[in-house]
Amino acid sequence: MSATKIIFRRELAAYFATPLAYIFIVIFLMLTGVFTFYLGNFFARGQADLQSFFNFHPWLYLFLIPAISMRIWSEERKAGTIELLLTLPITMGQAVWGKFLAAWAFIAIALAGTLPIWITVNYLGEPDNGIIIAAYIGSLLMAGAYLAVGICISAATKSQVIAFIVSLMVCFVFTLAGFPLVLDVFSSWLPSGITDAIASLSFLTHFQAIAKGVIDLRDVIFFAAFIAAWLYASAIVIDLKKAD
Amino acid sequence: MIEVEHLSKRFGDRYAVDDLSFTVAPGEVLGFLGPNGAGKSTTMKMITGFLTPDSGSARIMGHDIQKSPVEAKRTFGYLPEGAPGYSDMTVAQFLAFIADIRALTGAQRQSRIDAVIADIHLHDVLGQRLDTLSKGFRRRVGLAQAILHDPQVLILDEPTDGLDPNQKHEVRKLIQGMSKDKIIVVSTHILEEVEAVCSRAMIISRGKILADDTPQTLSGKTASGRLDDYFRDITAGGLS
Repeated sequence: MSATKIIFRRELAAYFATPLAYIFIVIFLMLTGVFTFYLGNFFARGQADLQSFFNFHPWLYLFLIPAISMRIWSEERKAGTIELLLTLPITMGQAVWGKFLAAWAFIAIALAGTLPIWITVNYLGEPDNGIIIAAYIGSLLMAGAYLAVGICISAATKSQVIAFIVSLMVCFVFTLAGFPLVLDVFSSWLPSGITDAIASLSFLTHFQAIAKGVIDLRDVIFFAAFIAAWLYASAIVIDLKKAD
Repeated sequence: MIEVEHLSKRFGDRYAVDDLSFTVAPGEVLGFLGPNGAGKSTTMKMITGFLTPDSGSARIMGHDIQKSPVEAKRTFGYLPEGAPGYSDMTVAQFLAFIADIRALTGAQRQSRIDAVIADIHLHDVLGQRLDTLSKGFRRRVGLAQAILHDPQVLILDEPTDGLDPNQKHEVRKLIQGMSKDKIIVVSTHILEEVEAVCSRAMIISRGKILADDTPQTLSGKTASGRLDDYFRDITAGGLS
């Protein structure tokens, strides 16, 4: 068994060893329900699709994923277990990926809990299930991107509260990177090429493209590269800060 | 062999470890002594690859800890200061996790886990989570994970800290029992412990080696013939 898999199994089991996992899943499902049926007017729209469900995912993730990621490395540092972990015969990459994949799998489990909404919409009408599958894939990829940011920030601090708030801020910027709220801050003093580059990092833009049912390779590569880059940065940050 | 060459580590402008060189051969039990802040833990953290030295190198069983860390880490068991462990796991789960990471499989895996549980008397707490254990039991679990793969090299940072006299005696007996063909490095500031288990004592202060000899020779250097008098003589001077 590879070390990544062993770390993955330990971490995933750790979520369910405490009430954290159950509380998270219940709140996640409650909020998706509230957003879809009340704010999203699922019934009043009279359309057999899940747009009102997926539209709120970026905003849910913005708050809930930093709550998952905040403990991932800061707890190791605070408890001192990081010294145990990093003197075991594993590489930094195996530790970082094992932890990331476990948290990602956990979010996938929470997301799988929303399948009744998919069944409901099939019962009520005849939705385009291809679009729904694409949107689920897009949602999971986006969740991975939020998670990678949160993990990197968690590696930088021993305080889970700081990790949560900073992750939320950074994720907020990436969520809306393509929109005036964020772009106006940069456009006045940066050349338009860089502003365009910042705009292209927007989670919302990439997610909405996939959620329309078109799994464009570029959007998938964006999320994959984004995750890999932040995890690489995490490994560097852990190495720098582990002894503090 | 543990071969430490010119190891240095600075925190700010203060040298925690200052150009330290020594070797430890199989069969030796090296007692690492020194006042708090002498650089004992920092040295151990560099030998085990947790901290990166500013300069110098450490080789364990021929593997350089910086150049081939995974190979080097396979050869030793390490009990970090404070005996950290995953508080959300039970003792049995924690040992199983360490066994997997140490790539123990099949019958050997089970027999090693059973042997360690018997040696360190962990039967009664196997189903208990680490965060519900007393300090003494946590330390013992930390020791158990360090010796689980029957390593050639054992590095223990204050293994008896927080144990009651009976438990201290048990741990010392355990170390003595394993010492025949292994390399064991133990840090402590309990001097009687050094006299009880170590074949060699190294006193360090401010990151430098002040003395390195058998505990008997060192204690023979004072009029009283006591190791703690010798320790006080040379380290108290170093602090003034």
